Amino acid sequence: MTLTASLAALVPALPFLGAAFGLLLGRRAPGFVRPLAVLPALTSLVLAALVAARQGPGQTTDAAHRLTPTGSVPIDLALSIDGFGAVIAVLVALVATCVQIYSVSYLRDDPRYPSYAAVVNLFTAAMLLVVYTGDLMVLLVGWEVMGICSYFLVGHYWETEAARAASVKAFLVTKLGDVPFLIGVFALAADAHSFRIGDITTTATGGGLHHPTVDALLLLAGVAGKSAQFPLHTWLPDAMAGPTPVSALIHAATMVAAGIYLVARLLPVFTASAAALAVLAAMSAVTMIGSGLAALAQDDIKRVLAYSTIGQLGYMAGALAVGNRDAAMFHLLSHGVFKALLFLSAGVVIHASGTNSLTAMSRMGGLARRVPDAMWTMAIGLAALAAIPPLSGFFSKESVLRAAEHAAAGDTLHVPSAVGWTVLVAGMLTALLTGGYATRLFLLAFRGSGPEAPDHGRQPLPMTGVLWVLAVPAVAFGGLTYRRLPDWLDKVPLGPTLTTAVLGTGLSLVGVLVVLGAWRAVSEARRQVPMGAVVENADADVEPALVEAEAIATHTRVYGDIAAADDPGDPGRLLLGPLHAAAGHGFRLDAAYHTLFVRPVLAAAGLVRFLDRDVVETWVKGAAGAPNLLGAAVRKAQTGNVQTYLSALLAGAVVLAVLVAVGS
Amino acid sequence: MHLVYPAVLASLLFAVGLYGVLARRNAILVLMSVELMLNAVNLDLVAFDRWLSDSLHSGQALTLFTITIAAAEIGLGLAIVLLVYRNRGTADIDRVTGLADPGRPLGGDSGGAPDSDPATDTPDDEKAEATA
Repeated sequence: MTLTASLAALVPALPFLGAAFGLLLGRRAPGFVRPLAVLPALTSLVLAALVAARQGPGQTTDAAHRLTPTGSVPIDLALSIDGFGAVIAVLVALVATCVQIYSVSYLRDDPRYPSYAAVVNLFTAAMLLVVYTGDLMVLLVGWEVMGICSYFLVGHYWETEAARAASVKAFLVTKLGDVPFLIGVFALAADAHSFRIGDITTTATGGGLHHPTVDALLLLAGVAGKSAQFPLHTWLPDAMAGPTPVSALIHAATMVAAGIYLVARLLPVFTASAAALAVLAAMSAVTMIGSGLAALAQDDIKRVLAYSTIGQLGYMAGALAVGNRDAAMFHLLSHGVFKALLFLSAGVVIHASGTNSLTAMSRMGGLARRVPDAMWTMAIGLAALAAIPPLSGFFSKESVLRAAEHAAAGDTLHVPSAVGWTVLVAGMLTALLTGGYATRLFLLAFRGSGPEAPDHGRQPLPMTGVLWVLAVPAVAFGGLTYRRLPDWLDKVPLGPTLTTAVLGTGLSLVGVLVVLGAWRAVSEARRQVPMGAVVENADADVEPALVEAEAIATHTRVYGDIAAADDPGDPGRLLLGPLHAAAGHGFRLDAAYHTLFVRPVLAAAGLVRFLDRDVVETWVKGAAGAPNLLGAAVRKAQTGNVQTYLSALLAGAVVLAVLVAVGS
Repeated sequence: MHLVYPAVLASLLFAVGLYGVLARRNAILVLMSVELMLNAVNLDLVAFDRWLSDSLHSGQALTLFTITIAAAEIGLGLAIVLLVYRNRGTADIDRVTGLADPGRPLGGDSGGAPDSDPATDTPDDEKAEATA
């Protein structure tokens, strides 16, 4: 095992140990909880950077330990670090470190902070395992550990109904995709006679897969679940009921990116089948446009970001559909940074304003003055999201559009040009929508007018400091690396081309301007209709997480809905018109799923309950009843009087004696 | 001596003992009756041993065993009777019915009756399922 491989093995191991010790010592030694939360993540970041530096754009580092001789396809504890893994691990460790530091302040008084920090560490370890491993079975272990950690973290405020429902939903929906995914993994291994990713891609490139379309579609189901792509995306907006740092870690940079990362690693499997690419492209196009429209109608600031995450993941899926994993990874990296930044600054904003509702924020003056750090970093993040040059989002998004345009022109091997066109058109439309909802979010949050926002003093340094740390790569990452990054990946040029850059940026700016215009148009309505509610105990010394939990819990009560608010002063409502109500509810997809799947399942469960309780149990009770009656009869003889017993004994003896005498 | 004399005597003794065991109330008298029955058997054993002219004298040997065991039994029995009397203030065998069946269904005395009453056991089940 080389030094690089040893270091790389430490990267997932450290957070895992941190999690284990955190869970063990959390109650007994509260003083160790914070160091145990932050230090493993920080060390992992340093080690991941070291691994990336040592690895460089060179050969893949492979190290394997045969875990179990299964008799057929062996399972290896394999590390396989190439350029992709090295850079993604740095991103994961960076975001995890930022989130851990942020959480120290955000959940400072939370009684469940020790277990929370430990689960975040465990989650980080699982994600790093997924990134570094070279074996699909080991990857699956990390994949599922992330799923269960996500369940625990989304349900952190399990006292609230919304969080409980969201955590179960997140778990079940992603599991729904994981079942076909598992079958797909087995199918791949059966063809390649190995679970090693390297062997599978070699087999796929050589045309050794018997049913590439079926394999790829099975894998896509798992990817759609994990990476929140249509039609399995519905868990992600609801998962915003978890604490903000969790949203930043899981639902921006890591877990949702795992699906994209997996497709990138297994891209030859997908390019072997044009049908799978077409499905992926259609999926990404529907996801991008639908989530863009839905984001325009959301009232909860975090749900806007959640839908934008779905849309940006759609971009990455689109880049993979046109066979360009470099662009997908590039966008994954820059998106991971700026979306984590956006979520974390949204956490600061929610704490400062005492509400998570954009409607309430738009009736609040001076929020920008209260949290200048959050405002500036959020502006940076939103500009990166809307792909305004020269921020990092611009370069990564243009690389996706460039790849799509390349494919549309029919210049990409294996990729039909229709797929390219689909991704290109959807990407352009989404650029317009992204510009729109980013502007709407900023205007509603920071340009509101009305009574002054409550004064919470300065936000704690760990929270604002982390924002600026993340703001640096959100600004500079794309521009600095787009020339050098391809060396690490597949050596496909990532720089923006003139046509797509001008078109994409132009559409984005159009979106910005249209929303600005709509904002002006509805300003009168906003002034006339006072709306919105603020959490009651929003003092300066109240823990930020508590404010957020209460804001989530009261949203339905105030606005009659967890997602949307019927606010005439919302530019999104003016622009979407009759679509607004539908978009606010994610196009009623949840209601449709409820009718199609949830209700039949509940009915079936009711039937089983009836069969068990009333049918099977009746038989069991009947079977017990007859001996019971018999026992009651016999019991009468048990008087406790010894002489009665002896008399019976004598009578029996006499009867026997008479019988014997008569018989003989 | 003809065998019938000891046999009839033993039968009479046994009948008296049996009557005492079944009809007397005082535990000590019951024990005495048991002794009578045992000794009736002893008498029979010795008489038949003699009549059969058993060279091994197994009947007599068995009689010695019975006498020993009877001594032990009466010792134990009297000790029990003494303790019962100290605890309950009576040696009346009709009143010592602690081993009687309580007259309730099985498991009814342990508090949580799993199958006693359908009205109370359904919520219990539901609670168990909710906590599981």
